[in-house]
Amino acid sequence: MSSFWSIWVSVISLGTILGCYLLLRWCLLNKTGIEEGDDMHHSFDGIIEINNPLPRWWTIMFYMVLIWGILYLVLYPGLGNWAGLLGWKSSNQNIQSLQESRDAILISQQEAKESLFGVGVQYDRELEFAEERFAPIFNKYAEQPITTLVNDEEALKIGQRLFMQNCSQCHGSDARGQRGFPNLTDNDWLYGGSPEKITETLVLGRTGNMPGWIDAFGEQGIDEIVAYALSLSGRQVNQSLKDAGEARYAVCAACHGADGKGNQLIGAPNLTDNIWLYGGTQDAVTETLTHGRMGVMPSFKDTLGEKKIHLVATYVYSLSQDK
Amino acid sequence: MSVTSQVHPEYNYKVIRQFAIMTVVWGIVGMIVGVLLAAQLYWPALNFDIPYLTFSRLRPLHTNAVIFAFGGCALFATSYYVVQRTSQVRLFSDKLASFTFWGWQLVIVLAAITLPLGITSSKEYAELEWPIDILITLVWVAYIINFFGTVVIRRVSHIYVANWFFGAFMLTVAVLHIGNSMAIPVSFTKSYSLYAGAVDAMMQWWYGHNAVGFFLTAGFLGMMYYFVPKQAGRPVYSYRLSVIHFWALVSLYIWAGPHHLHYTALPDWTQSLGMVMSVILFVPSWGGMINGIMTLSGAWHKLRTDPILRFLIVSLSFYGMSTFEGPMMAIKTVNALSHYTDWTIGHVHSGALGWVAMVSIGSIYHLIPILFNKPAMYSVKWVNIHFWLATIGVVLYIVAMWMSGVLQGLMWRAVNADGTLTYSFVESLEASKPFYFVRFIGGVFVVAGMLLMAWNVYKTVRTPSEEFKDETQAQPQPQAA
Repeated sequence: MSSFWSIWVSVISLGTILGCYLLLRWCLLNKTGIEEGDDMHHSFDGIIEINNPLPRWWTIMFYMVLIWGILYLVLYPGLGNWAGLLGWKSSNQNIQSLQESRDAILISQQEAKESLFGVGVQYDRELEFAEERFAPIFNKYAEQPITTLVNDEEALKIGQRLFMQNCSQCHGSDARGQRGFPNLTDNDWLYGGSPEKITETLVLGRTGNMPGWIDAFGEQGIDEIVAYALSLSGRQVNQSLKDAGEARYAVCAACHGADGKGNQLIGAPNLTDNIWLYGGTQDAVTETLTHGRMGVMPSFKDTLGEKKIHLVATYVYSLSQDK
Repeated sequence: MSVTSQVHPEYNYKVIRQFAIMTVVWGIVGMIVGVLLAAQLYWPALNFDIPYLTFSRLRPLHTNAVIFAFGGCALFATSYYVVQRTSQVRLFSDKLASFTFWGWQLVIVLAAITLPLGITSSKEYAELEWPIDILITLVWVAYIINFFGTVVIRRVSHIYVANWFFGAFMLTVAVLHIGNSMAIPVSFTKSYSLYAGAVDAMMQWWYGHNAVGFFLTAGFLGMMYYFVPKQAGRPVYSYRLSVIHFWALVSLYIWAGPHHLHYTALPDWTQSLGMVMSVILFVPSWGGMINGIMTLSGAWHKLRTDPILRFLIVSLSFYGMSTFEGPMMAIKTVNALSHYTDWTIGHVHSGALGWVAMVSIGSIYHLIPILFNKPAMYSVKWVNIHFWLATIGVVLYIVAMWMSGVLQGLMWRAVNADGTLTYSFVESLEASKPFYFVRFIGGVFVVAGMLLMAWNVYKTVRTPSEEFKDETQAQPQPQAA
């Protein structure tokens, strides 16, 4: 902030505290011109006021909080640009990118070690503390392959906890998903269910894009394709609609395959297994074909880091392994 | 103590009668919505899958109804009464008084229609959209003119301390409302705030905390400074304590907003300042509590027989408790535990139900017989029952929320040996569930008390003076002359 605003903030802040002090002094000195314990010589609708002194314990308490307030503002930021004697900050502010943030954290952690009080940036100190305490645990697991870890109770527990905090919001506490968010327990995989593929999904994220076809096919065309798509998983449909849909299906086959079994390389769902990400009713499938769908699985590389992802992947992998 | 009640042709009592009755009506409406919300948190199916009854839409209706409809009507009624009585003069303008009554009721009705429809600016305690905001501003300016006009034409030399608080409350609320509600309309029912990001958050809580500080505290302290000495028949304990209470309170409260935004994108210096001023504020607040409670010295025995006085004094105890709790929660280390938990909800209700509602209820019980020219309330026994219903209700409510809040705070921060969180969010919700039931029961107690009050007020207004029960002979008479 500019020095004008810094001075402005400091003056009105200290002014308010000083004002409280002067007010307290004025009231203690009894400048009312009326003797202590006497009434104020005016009456309002029969109410009179006594000129009693301020309670002593209360006065002492007032002095104490005023002194504490000044001390706090000397030690911590508060008065405009004054950073405080302790050099404390909650976090590195004005950061524009992840890289800048990481650099700033390293610098502040170093500075805190060298400074007299060692308070530093609170967030960075907490990261450092967490790193020292927890990193060895995750390092230990990172060296083992998922196919081994899947038999390690402790690793699975940690993976489950991480899943609960980071994944359950969409995929549910039981990992069985919800409309638009895949069930992770049924061994039906959009992008593949091998440990490597699950890890890849977690690290990089996925974007599933089903285009809308209403402009290309019109309502009649959509109805026909819906009939054919439903028939792929053995549903009873109108034969003539289905036949017309089959003729149009070539364009769908580009992603979903000629046999409708999907393509895990691009995350195109299998249409023959009667598992429906966005609902399998005729209306739901019609809507999917009409307007398209856009599914996003975010990348967890920067939030969780690869070592924690390793354990989440282990847990997710374990869900579809028969034990 | 002279004549209990008499018609004062020189005072405008009509507008006070209107506001006093509507205080009771809106109190019941707002609190019933509150109880429904408490029930929804325990039995979620109670929104019946009707969008107008979902928690998200009823919650702002509840807060607006209890703060601005119930609290607002109580403030209008008592400030119009106190300023006339302590200035010994009729209201500056009867027309403006009437305009403020009907204008304010229109604001409330519009709020009750638009909020369930989902029309909202999304700013907490300032959800009403811009056309209603403009109406509020007009009513408020009329209120200010009328109040200060009356102070200017007063027939006594000094301005009584109650009027300092009422005046500060009105002026500051005008500034806060206009400042925070600045928005760019895009349609008749939608606007976007003029502020963005952290600035918007700071404006919102500068407004939000001072809705507490000036609307729900300074205004009700004005009420306290008149009705406590009046009902107790005792002088105000210390004039000098009033002076320091008033000036320190109004100058410190305005700083306190940032404590709602600890550990957010708000700059560190703003957070620290907000915390320091909030902590200092504790002492002048207690000065006011001491001044109110010590006003009873020499009259403590009256608490045994006068439930109205009991309402007023217990409200001051809750005021003291909340103004200790608030500064403590504003300390960052405590806030790290309490923020976003039910503890905050408990704190708000210890202030709102314990302090604001109780001081209003006591004042309205004091006013009703005077305004309707009756010897006393129809049944003092019912006032006493109401007192116990309210007290038990508030205690159940806040104790449940303390326990739930601290439990949530501890569960959210608990970590395993591997650094992962011990509990998922839904586990903390499950742990809170029994307390949500206790909170609901507490709310039912409070509403039951309000319904009893409504019946008592109805009987008081409708029963001819000569038919009042014998018990009224023995009850303490409010000083009204």
